[in-house]
Amino acid sequence: MKEIDIADLKKITEVVKTKYNYDFTNYAMSSFKRRISRILEIKSMTMETLMKRLYDPGFLDDFLNEITVNVTEMFRDPSFWRVLRDDIIPGILLNHQKIRIWHAGCSSGEEVFSMAILLREMNLLDNASIIATDLDTNILDRAKSGEYNIKNMELNEKNYIRYQGTKSLKDYYKEVNGKAVLDKTLVENVSFRKHDLVNGEVFNKFDLVLCRNVMIYFNQTLQNEVLKKFHESLFKYGYLAIGSKESLIWCDIASKFIIVNNEEKIYKKIKD
Amino acid sequence: MTNFNLDNRYKAIVIGGSAGSFQGIVKILSNLPNNFPLPIIMCLHRLKHVRNGFVEALSIKSIAEIVEPYDKQPIKKGKVYLAPSNYHMCTELGHYFSLSTEEMINNSRPAIDLTLGTTAYVFRDKLIGILLSGANRDGGLGMKYIKDRGGLTIVQDPAECMIETMPKAAMNATTIDHVLKIDEIVEFFKQLHKQYK
Repeated sequence: MKEIDIADLKKITEVVKTKYNYDFTNYAMSSFKRRISRILEIKSMTMETLMKRLYDPGFLDDFLNEITVNVTEMFRDPSFWRVLRDDIIPGILLNHQKIRIWHAGCSSGEEVFSMAILLREMNLLDNASIIATDLDTNILDRAKSGEYNIKNMELNEKNYIRYQGTKSLKDYYKEVNGKAVLDKTLVENVSFRKHDLVNGEVFNKFDLVLCRNVMIYFNQTLQNEVLKKFHESLFKYGYLAIGSKESLIWCDIASKFIIVNNEEKIYKKIKD
Repeated sequence: MTNFNLDNRYKAIVIGGSAGSFQGIVKILSNLPNNFPLPIIMCLHRLKHVRNGFVEALSIKSIAEIVEPYDKQPIKKGKVYLAPSNYHMCTELGHYFSLSTEEMINNSRPAIDLTLGTTAYVFRDKLIGILLSGANRDGGLGMKYIKDRGGLTIVQDPAECMIETMPKAAMNATTIDHVLKIDEIVEFFKQLHKQYK
């Protein structure tokens, strides 16, 4: 890990902001620093080269792809998915026939596919409208393709077993040329869209917003702003799911939510 | 017993451990002086997909409360913090933790190098780093960061370790101030505690 100058980080955020309107100013400093350090390492670049390359719009996609953390799993935290299946989804159905779900910061789509499998096994996939967003178009393409490294499937399979699904995860994918290709019909009604949580508009209302392990890369100022958007994007009594080690305790908007499952960090909007 | 010639400059302790470190950690925590004044930040390799049980197992005998912090949770003195499973745990300049799901480092998440390195960045020469038994090299580089920033470095005596790879990696990477058996680390904590009375 190379030591990176904070002044250089500021220059990088400045260029990306003025030239491309992506604002990383309020990303958590130490992880942002590590991402930059990682880019330099992977691309064997000096800081000077990186600065120059940033003016090339063709490099931007690459940059966004590496700056965001795209480590995810299917059915990560199996107990979380059980609570969704057993409590949260039935709770939504009490009030709404259609279930509107937003995966905010969906990355390579593992959680979108997990959700689709969960809903299909409940015979509810046709009642659901799912929107999955990320700021990185490369990763959205990967999510749409539903093709994962076969090496990851062992872990995904383990998670699925602990989730206690009704089938085998193998029923949902085929192995093609060393890749696991997921059943595309699972996501045929999912809308994958480019959306930046930092300066993107509120675009719809949802019963459930999933944003797990995304806001850990933001500082508290930005967390507050993004939570305001989630609050606005939820129907009253809609649910917000964040990562198991994230918390709203320190956030301005906490009083407009109640926690419905503390272990799995699922909140419910109770005030407009 | 050795006199460690300590003073009260230190503001935090960070501990890394892996295979074979559990008993040692339990011994250290169960012999911790009451009202120990510094935060103890621990990064231990653990089963990646078992979220519960580890804190509980460590807590049984620990004198101080053990917390798996949330992202952005402030660091308080007198508490023991443990990196949660499947997250990296980093210390931030405002004296709080940040968690991350970034790629594994040294095949580990949480990675000891990351906890040690970020904590050294924040606490500089006011940090004590301790590396215990373990089967991979994670932590060696982190100990070097601690030393480079003026902190105090301690490793568990390889002769006592169930697996010596980890402390040996640190000894190869940097200068280690004290090579100690667990009983001596317990004594070290006692002498350190006296400096804050």
